[in-house]
Amino acid sequence: MKVLVAVKRVIDYNVKIRVKADHSDVDLTNVKMAMNPFCEIAVEEAVRLKEKGVATEVVAVTIGPKASQEQLRTALALGADRAIQIETDERAESLAVAKLLAKVVEQEQPGLVILGKQAIDTDNNQTGQMLAALTNLPQGTFASEVVVEGDQVHVTREIDGGLQTIALTLPAIVTTDLRLNEPRYAKLPDIMKAKKKPLDVKTPADFGVDVASKVSLLKVESPAERKGGIKVASVDELIDKLKNEAKVL
Amino acid sequence: MSILVLADLHEGQLAGATAHVVAAAQAIGGDIDVLVAGEGVQAAADAAAKLEGVRTVRVADNAVYAHQLAEPLGALLVELAGDYTHVLASASTTGKNVLPRLAALKDVSQLSDVIGVESADTFQRSIYAGNAIATVKSDDTLKVLTVRTTAFDAVSDTGSATVETVDVVVENTQSRFVKEELAQSDRPELGGAKVVISGGRGMGNGDNFKLLNGIADKLGAAVGASRAAVDAGFVPNDMQVGQTGKIVAPDLYIAVGISGAIQHLAGMKDSKVIVAINKDDEAPIFQVADYGLVGDLFEILPELESKL
Repeated sequence: MKVLVAVKRVIDYNVKIRVKADHSDVDLTNVKMAMNPFCEIAVEEAVRLKEKGVATEVVAVTIGPKASQEQLRTALALGADRAIQIETDERAESLAVAKLLAKVVEQEQPGLVILGKQAIDTDNNQTGQMLAALTNLPQGTFASEVVVEGDQVHVTREIDGGLQTIALTLPAIVTTDLRLNEPRYAKLPDIMKAKKKPLDVKTPADFGVDVASKVSLLKVESPAERKGGIKVASVDELIDKLKNEAKVL
Repeated sequence: MSILVLADLHEGQLAGATAHVVAAAQAIGGDIDVLVAGEGVQAAADAAAKLEGVRTVRVADNAVYAHQLAEPLGALLVELAGDYTHVLASASTTGKNVLPRLAALKDVSQLSDVIGVESADTFQRSIYAGNAIATVKSDDTLKVLTVRTTAFDAVSDTGSATVETVDVVVENTQSRFVKEELAQSDRPELGGAKVVISGGRGMGNGDNFKLLNGIADKLGAAVGASRAAVDAGFVPNDMQVGQTGKIVAPDLYIAVGISGAIQHLAGMKDSKVIVAINKDDEAPIFQVADYGLVGDLFEILPELESKL
């Protein structure tokens, strides 16, 4: 079966972000960008399914500006067979992304779609669930184990109290938790080969999807700074401070 | 305005998170109904009826809603949402699983992990691992929100709402519950605990987490962990505090052997008092800690336990 993987270009997870002086957004100029870590896990899982002979083809898709082709090339270097970019410079929100991905699903007819559980920039944790709703496919979110058996996929999910395993009828949508796998690094020869793999560029208009949202971003601020505290010299002093100064014991 | 709150359940009982979500609903204003959906949930419904400010508890008690699988629960919410201007759930794994489905099926956006209510259509939420706060306005006819429970004080349980049955039963042929492995613990639940003590990579191994247990018992604390400790296999994932784990805001947070990466701070930096115990006096955790103690945790922890 074919596996579709959605990836997102985001600010690198190690970067300390800055809010713009006019509070319109976070400043992304000259900041290191990378593939969202949860998307890397999604790509890795798809490639492993191919190595196991479960998947026949892995297609990577992204929605974003021209520069997001870098992340598609990364996915290709990691083992995806071909890529689709839906180019837009607009801030596409989860619902618009899900609508575009639903069109790609309709066109490509994958047996399984794998996405990250959340992007580390917007921290929404919505797109996979919305895609499942729009395509009327079942969802296995926050997956830490994915086992395809015949026409079903068993997904072990990270839930608040522990783990839950559900069985979904294929085709299905899966979103990845950190625990699902450890992504590999792309090797130089694979990066070179990835440059020759097919990458289709489309636009939202090709799919008849309007990416405008009814949610507007009014302002972005830095959170209240925590004041640096003091260092204590001993356990006795710590207990004393907690009892008499902070009054939390 | 009328607001539907999806109740959180834990092993069939009403979870504490629901009282916080009702508080967020009160901040929006309007009539507040609570939906309790599951199998064998009468006790949870009765508990929800006691939450202050709730008008009606709507109970959907049917095997199809057992384990709150996303497909039937999403379909149920779509059936009911027409009566409301807002649908809220906690930003728990259930709320996060189901509410985006409802939003997409109603063709509206969803706002995740709301930490502040400015008005009925304007909300605050944290982005970039809590390093920025976004104020967003939704012009959608239906507002679908998940709520960060630590940002709202729980309502009291002195109310007396009416309880009514919801007869909507949907079919689900797409997903099936197989099994659940829930961590068993006598300690308070991590998300709602007044005191949390967490261990990181510095704990060395899973056995050493026992050093935290004695202190946790004395303080009535929950035990948490950093991602490094979870990834190293010291403790299970449901103990993880951080951007992608649980968000906590206790009165006292004690970080032991945790360096304080951005992703961990995202989950605990709204704690009232933060204590850091670490042998590296350059560790970033000391920049947010109210009280820092530099030293070997294997000496400090037993001493702390004996002196509490």
